[in-house]
Order: sequence, then structure tokens, then C-alpha cells
Amino acid sequence: MSLATPSTVRKLPEVTWGRVRQSRRTADRLMKVIATGFTLIAISVLFWILGMLIVKGLGGLSATTFTQVTPGPGTEGGGLANAIVGSIVLTFLGIAVATPIGVLAGTYLAEYGKGSKLADLIRFINDILLSAPSILIGLFVYVIMVEPFRGYSGWAGGVALGIIAIPVIVRTTEDMLRLVPGPLREAGAALGAPPSVVITSITWRAAKSGMVTGILLALARIAGETAPLIFTALNNNFWFSPNLIGGVSNLPVTIYQFASAPYENWQQLAWAGSLIITVSILVLSIIARRIVRGGK
Amino acid sequence: MSAVTDQFAAPSAPVRKTPKGTFDLVFRNASFLAALFVLVLLAGIMASMVIGGWPAFREFGFGFLTSSVWDTQNEQYGAWPAIVGTLSTALIALVVGVPLSLGIAVFLTQLAPPWFKQPVSTAIELLAAVPSIIYGMWGLFVFAPLFAAYVQIPLSNIVEGMPIIGTVLYSRSPSGLGILTAGIILAFMIIPFIASITRDMLDQIPSVLRESAYGIGATTWEVVRHVLVPQAGVSIIGAIMLGLGRALGETMAVTFVVGNANRLSASVMDPGSTIASRIANEFNEALGLQLNSLIALGCILFFVTFVVLVIARILVSRVKRY
Repeated sequence: MSLATPSTVRKLPEVTWGRVRQSRRTADRLMKVIATGFTLIAISVLFWILGMLIVKGLGGLSATTFTQVTPGPGTEGGGLANAIVGSIVLTFLGIAVATPIGVLAGTYLAEYGKGSKLADLIRFINDILLSAPSILIGLFVYVIMVEPFRGYSGWAGGVALGIIAIPVIVRTTEDMLRLVPGPLREAGAALGAPPSVVITSITWRAAKSGMVTGILLALARIAGETAPLIFTALNNNFWFSPNLIGGVSNLPVTIYQFASAPYENWQQLAWAGSLIITVSILVLSIIARRIVRGGK
Repeated sequence: MSAVTDQFAAPSAPVRKTPKGTFDLVFRNASFLAALFVLVLLAGIMASMVIGGWPAFREFGFGFLTSSVWDTQNEQYGAWPAIVGTLSTALIALVVGVPLSLGIAVFLTQLAPPWFKQPVSTAIELLAAVPSIIYGMWGLFVFAPLFAAYVQIPLSNIVEGMPIIGTVLYSRSPSGLGILTAGIILAFMIIPFIASITRDMLDQIPSVLRESAYGIGATTWEVVRHVLVPQAGVSIIGAIMLGLGRALGETMAVTFVVGNANRLSASVMDPGSTIASRIANEFNEALGLQLNSLIALGCILFFVTFVVLVIARILVSRVKRY
């Protein structure tokens, strides 16, 4: 210390400079640790939920789950067969309603409505519908279909799911069609094909995998929807009648009713149903993602 | 049309028919009508909510919004507790969910090694694919008991008797169900939306900006704080509002864990209800004026989420369509 050697002279500015850097470095490290930690928290919640479903759901799964109908209150045993079939029917009814409307509307936005104010408005409204609460869609279908026809029905359930699926399909269809390069369309038009033929046999074909992805995503979106079905298809413990009038049993509403019921076999079936539905939705979403990435 | 075709077609070769002009017209009109249908849907939802809820609005007037009575015996209905519950759960969801989402977005865009990005983004996005009802069951059977044992009971013992905090955080019946639990679960449900939009916004920022900041010696944190956040700020607020829109209307998860009490409590630990949970709970047993009141609740929810989502979309669309 007493010696004023060149080394201490040089050290002096380094110390102050170092102190400033230290606080900046600490802030930087702190932020990195927090950001990484937050990511870990979110991922562990996903695995926590999946783990819970596997632990509790596998116990409730058995052969009878897929062969027997849902049990009534206080009845032993039973399965989910009618609910699984009902869910598949309702979901595909929803997709059957949504696909033509969604694909055509997406086509209009990407091909015909370019630059028009109306198309911009429709695109905007579609984005709003995309995140509109599904319970409101359920209420809407209740008001237009259940109340006038005096009864819950599978048709109303399918329409409600379809309305939820439409904006998803419109959005992905439009995005995928926009990725198709313009010269491809021009080439078609140069051969003398009218716009409709260019779109159906050139643009659609080029964007096919992307459009299928949109439909798969819509399928995944509506397969687990519960709230809109409570007001429309409701539920029952029997095989559905092919005319789809009256309550139609389905997995989400069954899970909702069975989960908080006091019967042990109901609770087990609710867990098994949750496992089935979540695994199918996650598999669908992952397949859809794969297609998109493969197409790029 | 056919004359033109005949001119060019070789007589012996199979003639390729030109598609009829009518198909062109039909296709164009069909796609136009399908697009219009999207507008009709929104208008229809709006109209059905207003018409379905009208008897309740007419009966109670403005008092429907401010009254906290929900009495099926005397046919008196008020929306206030449900409105407060909806807003407070959504607010808690934002307070918990926004920092987490922003942290995830920063991790994904700035910190994660390239090979690690894809699996982590997929995992975060799969959080959005898990159905709402599964969050509800997880909340009811797994999260709520833990929350009651490790948070509610110890916390209640600490804050009991304190001014303000003692009221807001004290739980009279520590069951794990309540406004705060619902808010926390909602937070995890909105994280994937806010995080993935923010990630895309941050990815859109030209890397020259980032590089020049690093070039003058900025740390990663300083780049995020002084370059990325000001650049993407408006759209990040849009992403947050999009999350808010989700949190306001979320139904099944909330119905499982909010406790479904029809009264107002000063404590966030106590059971309450939201507009969506009230509708889901009572709808199938409701008749007459109660049914109209529930649809009127739906009408309020529609207008609140509509305004929030419109603002969100405008803010987000400045940078990129979502």
C-alpha cells in the first residue's frame, strides 16, 4: 500500500470500473436466472398435470372402460364407451360444419378479398372470434337452437363445436394460402384457367398440408371443449340415438359431472376419461405441428 | 365459350372441357358468403345475448349491474359479485402470469441454446392444448389441497388480526378453493398465449438493433430492458390484453376451483364466483327470469371481452397479425 508502484496506480481505475460492471453483471445474471426459472416453472406445471393424469388415469383404465356405458348414480362398474363414441360423433359433426365454411372463408380472404376493406374487417372479426370465450358460443347456440326446438340435442352440440372451430380453420387456411407463391397462380391463369380452377386445383393443392393442419388444430381445439356442450348436447348415460335428438353423452361433460361426484367409480372414470381426452389432444397437436414443420 | 374451345382442340384428341363460367361464379359467391358468415356469427352472438338477457335488464335496470343479491326464491338477481369475481381472478392471473410469460419469452429468444428452443416452445404451447376441464381437475384435486396446507393455513395464522392484509389474505375456511386459487390456475392457462406472442414479437426485432447494443458493451439484460422492450412494448401490451381476454371468459377450470359462492367477500382466499362459472353452474336448473339473468350475465361478459379483445388485436396487429 505504501509503495506507489505502477501496478497500484493502474489498479485504481480498474476497481471503480469493476464495481460498475459488477452491479450490471449481477442484474444480468439475476435476470437470466429468473427467466430460466420461470420457464422451468411453466414446463413443470405441464409435466405435473400429465403425471397426475397418468398416475390417476391409468388406474381407472380397463377393458370395460371402452365397452360399457357410463353408470348411473350409485351403480357399480361401468365404462365410458357411450361417452367416447358420443364425443367422436360430436367432434366430427363440428368439423363437418366448420370445414367447408372455414376453408371457403379463408379462401375468400386470401384470394378474392385482397386489399378490400370488407376483407380486413372480416379478418379482424375472425381474430376476435378466435379468442372469444367458448361459453358465449354455447349460450348463443342455446338461444338459437335449444330454446326454439325445446330440447338439448347432439345437433346443437355439433353446431356449437363447429362455430368454435370455424375461426381456427379460416385463420390457418388464409395463412397457408398466402404462402403459396403468386407465379404459381399466374401460370395457371396463363393456361386459361378461370380463378376458381386456379384456386381449387393449384393453390389449394399447394397449400394442402397446411390446410389439413388447420383442421387438425381445430379438431384438437374442440375435442376437449366442455362449456358449450353443457348448454347444447348436455349428457346422458345411454347410447346415443342416431337421430341425435335429446342429450348426447360425451367425454368432457361426463368428466365434469363425474369428477366432483361422491361415487368412487365415477371419479375413477373421470380420471380415465381425462387421460384419454388429453392424450388424444396432445397427440393431435403434435402431429399438426409436425406437418407444419415438414412443409416448411 | 364452346366455340373457342372447339377452335383449339384437335378433333381426334380427347377434348378438355373449359370449366363453365357458372362454376366460377358459384365458387366466388360461396366463398364470399362463407366469409360474410363470420360477420353474421359475431352479430348473431351479440344479438342473442342482448335479446336473451333483455327481460333481466328490463326488470332490474341499471341495478342489475350493481346489486349483489342472487335470490332464486324471490327472483332477485344482481351481477355485482360475479363481475367482481371475474375481474379479480383475471387481475390475479395477469399479476402472476405476465412476469412468468415475459421471462419465458426472454429465455426462448435470448438465452436458450438453439437446439433447446424447439422442445421448450412446444412444451409451452402444449400448455395451451390441455383442455380447460383438466386444469380444473388438477386445480381441485392436486393444487387446492397443497395450496390450503402450505399457503392458506400458515398465511392465515400470520396475517390474522392485521389491518387490511388480515382481511384480504385471511381465509375463514382454508379449503384451497377461492378467488386466488382460480387466479393462479388461470395464470398458467394464459401463459402460453402471452409467452408465444411475445416471443414472436421479440424475434421480429431486427438483429442489427440487438447487435449494436451488444457492440457498445450492453449486457443481455440491458439489451432486453433498453432495446427489445421499448421496441416491442405496444405489442407486448396487446399480448397481455389477449391473455386478459382469455382469463375473463375461462369457464371450466374456474368453475372447479373458485368455490362458487354467490356472495361477496373481502378476502381473496374466500370462495367467490365469476360470470362464466355462475352461468356454467346454474344454467341447467335455471328457468324464467333466472335464465334471462344468466344470459344477461353472458351479455356483460361478451361486451367486456369484446372491448378487451378489440384493443388487444389492434395493438398486436401493429407488428404482426395474430
